[in-house]
Amino acid sequence: MANIIELNQKILDFDYQVQAQDDQFPMLQVLNNAGEIIDEDALSRAELADDDLINIMKRMLWSRQLDIRSTKLAKQGRFGFFAPTAGQEASQMASSYAFKDDDWLFPGYRDIPQIVAKGWPIWKAILWSRGHAKGNEYTTEDDKPVNSWFPQIIIGAQYVEAAGVALGLKKRHKDAVAYAYTGDGGTSQGDFYEGINFASAYKANAVFFVQNNGFAISTPRTLQTAAPHLAAKGWSAGLPSLVVDGNDPIAMYLAAKQARAWSVAGNGPVLIETMTDRLEPHSTAGDDPLRYRQQADIDDWWKKEPLIRMRTFLTNKGIWNETLESAYIDETNTLIDEQIKIADGVEKQKISDFLKHTLEVPGQVMQEQIAKFESEGK
Amino acid sequence: MAEKTYIAAIQEALDLSLEKDDSTLIFGEDVGKNGGVFRATDGLQAKYGEERVFNTPLAESGIGGLAIGLTTQNYRPIMEIQFFGFLFEVMDSIAGQMARNRFRFNNTRQMPIVVRSPYGGGTKTPEMHADNLEGLVAQVPGLRVVMPSNPADAKGLLLSAVESNDPVVFLENIHLYRSMKGEVPEGYYTTPLDQATVVREGQDITLISYGGAVPLVIKAADELAKNGIDAEVIDLRTVSPIDLDTIGKSVEKTGRVVVVQEAQRMAGISATIMAEIAERFILSLKAPIGRVAAPDTVYPFAQAENDWMVKADDVVAKAQEVINYD
Ligand SMILES: Cc1ncc(C[n+]2csc(CCOP(=O)(O)OP(=O)(O)O)c2C)c(N)n1
Repeated sequence: MANIIELNQKILDFDYQVQAQDDQFPMLQVLNNAGEIIDEDALSRAELADDDLINIMKRMLWSRQLDIRSTKLAKQGRFGFFAPTAGQEASQMASSYAFKDDDWLFPGYRDIPQIVAKGWPIWKAILWSRGHAKGNEYTTEDDKPVNSWFPQIIIGAQYVEAAGVALGLKKRHKDAVAYAYTGDGGTSQGDFYEGINFASAYKANAVFFVQNNGFAISTPRTLQTAAPHLAAKGWSAGLPSLVVDGNDPIAMYLAAKQARAWSVAGNGPVLIETMTDRLEPHSTAGDDPLRYRQQADIDDWWKKEPLIRMRTFLTNKGIWNETLESAYIDETNTLIDEQIKIADGVEKQKISDFLKHTLEVPGQVMQEQIAKFESEGK
Repeated sequence: MAEKTYIAAIQEALDLSLEKDDSTLIFGEDVGKNGGVFRATDGLQAKYGEERVFNTPLAESGIGGLAIGLTTQNYRPIMEIQFFGFLFEVMDSIAGQMARNRFRFNNTRQMPIVVRSPYGGGTKTPEMHADNLEGLVAQVPGLRVVMPSNPADAKGLLLSAVESNDPVVFLENIHLYRSMKGEVPEGYYTTPLDQATVVREGQDITLISYGGAVPLVIKAADELAKNGIDAEVIDLRTVSPIDLDTIGKSVEKTGRVVVVQEAQRMAGISATIMAEIAERFILSLKAPIGRVAAPDTVYPFAQAENDWMVKADDVVAKAQEVINYD
């Protein structure tokens, strides 16, 4: 009798419930801000050989370099739409390192580097950004398909679609998952809930990332939801959900790798919230972060960015140094230069092609329109 | 009167609405500190506080539902959809719910909501941002769809939209936001909804358009004048319902018509206008009605917008074809 009374009291203790939520999601961290491994056991579970560590560093470096160059080119009017990625390299590049070619990527507009890492040439990424149809061909330089959707503009849509792929992979008994990325703002969309719920109900092969970079354009994370952790939303759909230090490449890789393995084994999806920061404006199209955040806050996050700690860790380990890094940066810049040239040289797109690509079999009026544009050479 | 940009006129109307009636609320993604991604609500949160001008979580359907719900507490919501390309996310709130509520409540409730949103293209936004989806909302009974073509109208029509007790989809042309300036009367004034305006009188042919197409139709009329063709230009201002009176008078005078829209040709506003003219005024016509519209593709990628979008030259060519018909 006493028990049920106590239990009922607890059930009705709303203050307790609100407070309790705060403690539910401790943050996974393996490499601290000073570049020291703080959990040797976790590091060994990650099973990262020196080559892997260097590969992750290199991926993060070229991603940063691409960010720097793209921002510059955008300022000169030579790029197109660009959503900066600086600060999110661990969240994007170390997480995606845990996936395989057969896995299906569902990126948001800020997740260009993950597609490139899958083999999508940078010149196509540039064309995508410029608004050229050729940029939406997801194949490698030697024409192999890249299992990626386009960078989704309609926030949240990638989540429901990833759920569909995840179900398809499961039905086909594939040893692969769908992995999707959205932002903290994206978790407010209905599609976000529907996507995780469907995938979970079908126990489909999916890993969902929420890159909590603090802001959705100007709206701070705290205005998106009163929930103390975005990962908590995963619980509503019955998913294992975790919070990871999104600036810690080792923790990001470990979380992604374990989530993939768990999902591929038929257990259903996993949700991973990555705690990181968008160090730069929302996009290069005129966003001024100082309208909605303090410079001191940005400066603070720059000290915690992922390249610094990975560089320190690898240097202390004796497998990285300044010479290696600057040589790699030069190499990357040369590559980017070449890729820009390729992008610049791609033929102008045609309206007649757009018409031909709208339906497999165009109707009468469309055929007239095709003939008209073809006659004008457009 | 002062010269103002289209967006400044809109911002002024919003300011005046908040000042006049404290039951008006402005909300949407980034409308607060940022003043919206185009700065249409710039300074309004600072002036009226976070209770009246506030950011929402990132969810269009939520924004629409919030607006509907707030009307029960006698608020007059002015909600912002950041780009009209995101209409689909909020289509149920707009078309399935708020548009039908007066009817469903047997005329016992009001839906005094304004859905503001930038639409159209020509500014090289990323895909899915630019779009001309007015045809989709214009075919929904229970909605008004207003599409101003100049700053003075933008201000007056927006103030009327806020006063309206029915939901108004108020579409602001992205390209005109900063590219168009015009004389804007001072203070509070309203421009009536549902009324087209003759922006240029002429005898030979009637050119009918709305929103972002109007400036290029006026340009085409200037061009036609050089060739001795005297075109009358009608700006619909409200595209649903359509002012057929103004159209009828003009058609009876000129006997020749070209309808111009920036949206794709299939269905859409121009189709409705042509059908109404055919049904009501066919005996006044001396030639088949001409139409200028964009090709029937998905709204194009940024780099191809110039080739894709309707141009003044297309209007000139079509007008000449209609004039020369015998
Ligand atoms: C459905 C939809 N609504 C609004 C937008 C406009 N928009 C683009 S990015 C953005 C903020 C996204 O924030 P978040 O999900 O946190 O991702 P982040 O940009 O921080 O990576 C908004 C509102 C959009 N692209 N799609």
